[in-house]
Amino acid sequence: MIGNRFLYLKKLVSRSLLITGKNIEQPLMKKVFNRHQLTALFGFCLVISFLFSPSLRAQEEAAVAEAEQTEAAEAGGEGPCGPGDVAKGKQLFNQNCAACHALNRKMTGPALANAATRLIEEEGLDCDWIYSWIKNSPGMIASGDAYANRIYEEYNQAAMTAFPTLSDQDINDIIAYTEAPPPAPVAAATPAAGAGEEAGSGGVSNELLLGALALVFALLVMMLILVNQTLRRIAEANGVVLEREKAEKRLPIWKAFAQNQFLVLVTAILLLLSSAYFAYGWMMQVGVNQGYAPIQPIHYSHKIHAGDNKIECKYCHSSARVSKHSGIPSLNICMNCHKSIYEYKGNPEGPSAEDLANGYTNEFYTNEIKKLYKAVGWDEENQKYTGESQPVEWVRIHNLPDFAYFNHAQHVSVGNIECQTCHGPVEEMEIMYQYSPLTMGWCINCHRETNVQMEGNEYYDKIHQELAKKYGVEKVTAAQMGGLECGKCHY
Amino acid sequence: MKNLLISAGVLVAILGLASCQDENQPNYQYMPNMYESVGYETYEQVDWLPNGSEAMTPVEHTISRGLVPYALENTPEGKEMSAMVASPLDSLMREDNLAVGKELYDIYCAICHGAKGDGKGWLVQREKILGVPSYSDAARNITPGSTYHVMYYGLNSMGSYANQLNHEERWQVAEYVMKLKEDLTK
Repeated sequence: MIGNRFLYLKKLVSRSLLITGKNIEQPLMKKVFNRHQLTALFGFCLVISFLFSPSLRAQEEAAVAEAEQTEAAEAGGEGPCGPGDVAKGKQLFNQNCAACHALNRKMTGPALANAATRLIEEEGLDCDWIYSWIKNSPGMIASGDAYANRIYEEYNQAAMTAFPTLSDQDINDIIAYTEAPPPAPVAAATPAAGAGEEAGSGGVSNELLLGALALVFALLVMMLILVNQTLRRIAEANGVVLEREKAEKRLPIWKAFAQNQFLVLVTAILLLLSSAYFAYGWMMQVGVNQGYAPIQPIHYSHKIHAGDNKIECKYCHSSARVSKHSGIPSLNICMNCHKSIYEYKGNPEGPSAEDLANGYTNEFYTNEIKKLYKAVGWDEENQKYTGESQPVEWVRIHNLPDFAYFNHAQHVSVGNIECQTCHGPVEEMEIMYQYSPLTMGWCINCHRETNVQMEGNEYYDKIHQELAKKYGVEKVTAAQMGGLECGKCHY
Repeated sequence: MKNLLISAGVLVAILGLASCQDENQPNYQYMPNMYESVGYETYEQVDWLPNGSEAMTPVEHTISRGLVPYALENTPEGKEMSAMVASPLDSLMREDNLAVGKELYDIYCAICHGAKGDGKGWLVQREKILGVPSYSDAARNITPGSTYHVMYYGLNSMGSYANQLNHEERWQVAEYVMKLKEDLTK
C-alpha cells in the first residue's frame, strides 16, 4: 500500500511537472533541498564544536604545572646536615625507607617529613646521632641511648633494619628529600581539576550530541509531513483524486481470513509451535544465573586488582589450588597490601571518563578502602588492629546446586585450566558477574572437548596409553577418561 | 494506523517483560529444595555462631590435622634464632622443590619482590607499594630460616603468609628465594 502510494506521488510530481512546466515545481523542490542542507550543516557544526572541548587546554596547563614541579624537585636541597640531592634522596627513600615510613603519615615507623630538623631542634640530637641510628639502630638501642629506646618503645618495639650500606652522603640526600617542602598539594590539585573538567565536558557533550541528533530527527519528520501536505495540496489543485479515496469498499481482511479454514489451521499450528519454542526457551533459563552481578557490601574491583595491578587470582583465592572451594579471601589477605595502600591513586593519567561517568572517582575507591579498615578493625591513626572486627557479608555469585559436585583443585592444579576459562575476563570486570551458564550441558561440552594433559605423569603412563589405544585416539579427552559418568559429579 | 498502534503496544510489552530480568537478583530456581541442602554451606551465615559467621579460626589449643607447629616466637630474638634453622626438605628433591617454589613465588611474592627478587615487582613499579628490598641486600643477609620466619609472621608492612601457604610450601618458597639471592649476588 505504502509503496503504491509513494509510486503514485512520484508519478503525480512528474505529471504536474509536465503539465505546469517548471515554474511551480522547481522552487518547491529547491526549497526542500535547501532546508535539508541547512539542518545538515547545523548538525555538522554542532558535532564539530563538541569535538573541540576545553579539555585540551586544561591538559596543557596541567602538563606545564607538572613540568614546573619536577624542575623544582630536581634542584638540589639543603638539609640540616649538609647539601643533598633531592632526586637521588627520593630514589633512596623509596628503595629503603618507604616500606615503613611515609612523609606525612605514621606507618610502621614515624612520619619523616622534616624529621631531621625536628630531631636536632626539639630533641637536641645531632647529625652524628642520625647517621649512627640509620646505620645501626639495634646497636643504638642495645647501647642504652635514651631517645633510641624511647622511640623503640613508642613504636611497639618494631626494630628498624640497620642500613650499614648507606654512606653519610646518601643519608644527606635522603634528609634533603624529607626536608624539601612538599610540592604535593599543587601537583595533586592541577591534574585532578584538569581531569574533572575533561570528563565533565565529555559527559555534557555526549548528552548535547544526543539532543542535537533528536532535534535533527524531529526536523526531518516535520519536513516530511510538510512535503506530504504540499504535494497533496498540489494534487487537489490539479484536480487529481487520490487513489485510496477512490478505492471502493471491499470485504474486511479479517473476515476473509476467518472464512479461509486452511489458513486458520496453518496459523494456529504456527502460533502453537512458536509459543512452544519460546516457552521452552524460557524454561531452560530457569535456575541459570548467567550474568548475575549482585551489589557487594564493599565495591571490590577485579579490574583494578587483577587487571591494572596484575595480581594473580590465586594470591587471594588461595585455596583454589588445594581444595574444593576457591575461597573468599579473609580480610587479612586484603591487609597484606592495604596496610600500605591506604588511598586509591589510580593510574598516572587519572580516572577515565567512563569511570567518572559511573561515579568511580579516586575518592570513591579510597572510601571503599576505609570500609575494609572498618570491617577488619584497623586503626589508621595508630597503625594498629583494634580487635573490633565485623564480617563482610559478601554475596555469593557462583553457586552450583547441592546435587552437583565440583572441585576447584582438581581443575586448577591437576587440569591446569586457567581461571578465565570458566570465569571469563575477570581482569576486565569492574563489577564481578557470572560469565558461564554453569549448566550441565556446559560442563559436559567442555569435558568432551578438552584433552587431558598426560605429559610428565609417569605414574599413570600405562593407563593413559591403554585408554588411547582403546579409543583409537592420540589425545584422550576428559570425557573418555570417565568425565561423563553420572557418579563422577552426582552422588 | 490502528495496526501500527497495536504492534507498537506489543513491542513495548515485550521490552517491558525483558527488562524485568534484574541482574542484581538471582534467577528463579526450579525445586529449590534440590539446590539447597539442609547441611551448612561454606561461608554460610549461621545465627548461633558469633558474628553469624561460619568461617572461624580453630578452637584455641587445638591444631588442624597435618599442621606442623613452628617453635619460634614473633620477637626480634625469635627472628635472630630463625636464621639458624635449616630447611627440613629433602635435598635430593631440590629440583622438584624449586619448581614448586617458583610457581608459588610467582603467585604470592613476585607481585612486590619481583620475579627476580630484586624488589621491583609490578606493584613497586607502579609505586603502589614502596621500599621493597632486594634479596641481595647485604645488611639483611637473609637465610632460608629467616625467610621462613618472615613468611610465617610477616615483617613490618609485609603480612603473614601462613594461611596461604602450608609448612612444606613455605619451605619450598624459602629455598627458591635463596636461589634468587644466589643469582642476584652472582
